[in-house]
Amino acid sequence: MESYETKKRLTTILIYVILFIVSFIMIVPFAWMILTALKTNQEAISVNPFYIFPASGWHWENFKTVWKSYNFLILYKNTLLMILFRVICACLTATMAGYAFGRLKFPGKNALFSLVLIQMMVPAQIFIIPQYVMVSKLGMLNTQFGLVFPGIVTAFGTYLLKVGYEGLPKDLEEAAGLDGCNVAQRFLKIMMPLTRSSMVSLGIFTAVFAFKDLMWPMIVCSKAETTTLSAALAKMQGQYTSDYPAMMAAATLAVVPMVVIYVIFQKQFVEGIATSGGKL
Amino acid sequence: MKKQKMSVAQKKEAMWSYLFVAPTIIGLVVLNFYPIFSTIYQSFFKTGDFGLGNIFNGVDNYVKLMSDSTIWQAFWNTIKYAIIEVPFGIAIALVLAVFLNKKLAGTSAFRTIFFLPMVCAPAAVAMVWKWLYNSQFGLLNNIFGTQIEWITNPKIAWISIGVIGVWSIIGYNMVLFISGLQEIPGDYYEAARIDGASGIRQFFDITIPLLSPTTFFIVQTRIIGALTIFDLMFMVMDKTNVALSKVQSVVYLFYDYSFNIGDKGMGSALVVILLIFIMIVTVILQAAEKKFVYHN
Repeated sequence: MESYETKKRLTTILIYVILFIVSFIMIVPFAWMILTALKTNQEAISVNPFYIFPASGWHWENFKTVWKSYNFLILYKNTLLMILFRVICACLTATMAGYAFGRLKFPGKNALFSLVLIQMMVPAQIFIIPQYVMVSKLGMLNTQFGLVFPGIVTAFGTYLLKVGYEGLPKDLEEAAGLDGCNVAQRFLKIMMPLTRSSMVSLGIFTAVFAFKDLMWPMIVCSKAETTTLSAALAKMQGQYTSDYPAMMAAATLAVVPMVVIYVIFQKQFVEGIATSGGKL
Repeated sequence: MKKQKMSVAQKKEAMWSYLFVAPTIIGLVVLNFYPIFSTIYQSFFKTGDFGLGNIFNGVDNYVKLMSDSTIWQAFWNTIKYAIIEVPFGIAIALVLAVFLNKKLAGTSAFRTIFFLPMVCAPAAVAMVWKWLYNSQFGLLNNIFGTQIEWITNPKIAWISIGVIGVWSIIGYNMVLFISGLQEIPGDYYEAARIDGASGIRQFFDITIPLLSPTTFFIVQTRIIGALTIFDLMFMVMDKTNVALSKVQSVVYLFYDYSFNIGDKGMGSALVVILLIFIMIVTVILQAAEKKFVYHN
């Protein structure tokens, strides 16, 4: 019995060792990003593996410089608004369609729902050129509308919400139906509040993927004052090629807000992305 | 379905339904279905110069693409990226998920750390890794005292990019695995323990087969995801990088054709070829599911 205990303890230690090694590998890039951002360029390129911390003090002014020269305030605003509009559009259209597909009867339901399923199977790159042409013809290049455009509706969200509505007990609605509620009242008062967790999942999923998107904002918003954080970083790289602290300061500014929100709401984040991802 | 006259209540319900699905369906048609046909249509045209219309040229774009070794190389590059990202990203994630599922102290802190890259913009992640990989001043060469050209040596660069891909995705795969693991009934392990099966035996005899639906799902989504990779290549590989041609992915080329060179006809043809390729892969995967996935 004792040997079993020792063996178990050894296994636990081994597991912790592996977990710590992987954590270290996950954190090093972030740590190095922040440490580089606080150095002078001279310090950043000094070739000494033990020269980890900035020797001449912490150069917070690197952040100020990039903040000003790239107008991060506007980048934050553009990114935030894009995320906000996409989340609102996605949740609104998906909850309505999800309810109808999940709970109501109407002719042509399966045919219409197959459109949703087909969209989910097709790689998104095939939509991009015509979507770009549409935005351009509408004269909406370099606008907030252009950024939000492909995310106005969501096939995936519709599917997710449909599954959410299907999972609700049937008698709930029947009781409400007898009280003389019409479909819209039933939907708004009883059913929609019950799918809150699916909506939160969809919202987080939409927000994270909108935030990470690179190609679309680069295409439709090429001007620095209309684009998002991701696309601005791509531009910056071409200009600051050898100013490593500046680039790392910019990268830090771009990831920090989402990381902070994630650390605060990590449970919702992980669950939201796992449940949405799991149903994809 | 039998043709029946709808009652007033049924008619009302149908009316509401159409109202509810209308925004989504109209949106999908305009934003997705029209573009599919438009892309296919455009792939048969030579994109005209400024002010000139597009000229129909049949399958010329396809012939040009198929006879261009750059395209074949890009497909091969993309497959090579997938060969690194998919198996390593999944195997490491699975092991971590099994560890974190053991309810040891500190589990949630580890989960938070592993999942971190998932909420970071790939553009920023790629910038940081590019700095780590810097052959003169980068951290990696400093620590190991090496002079490896991580991203400019064509023989190594594709692996370096794949490593960033694995680093970025393991947290996401892991979280999906954990939710799959939690659905396996604890009795199975209990019974195995009584029979004296070791942890490793349990992993191969219980976990792997019962987790196979989750595994299959992750494999499928990650293969499709890897085949449409763009951000990492775009951010890490400079235009002047000598290794670019050995690393650039299909979607990278698509972007280059469509929005840098401005040849939307060629870009469309390329993305149609990619679509067909992905469809074939999907069909193969569906066939594989029947063979490998364990259903209760």
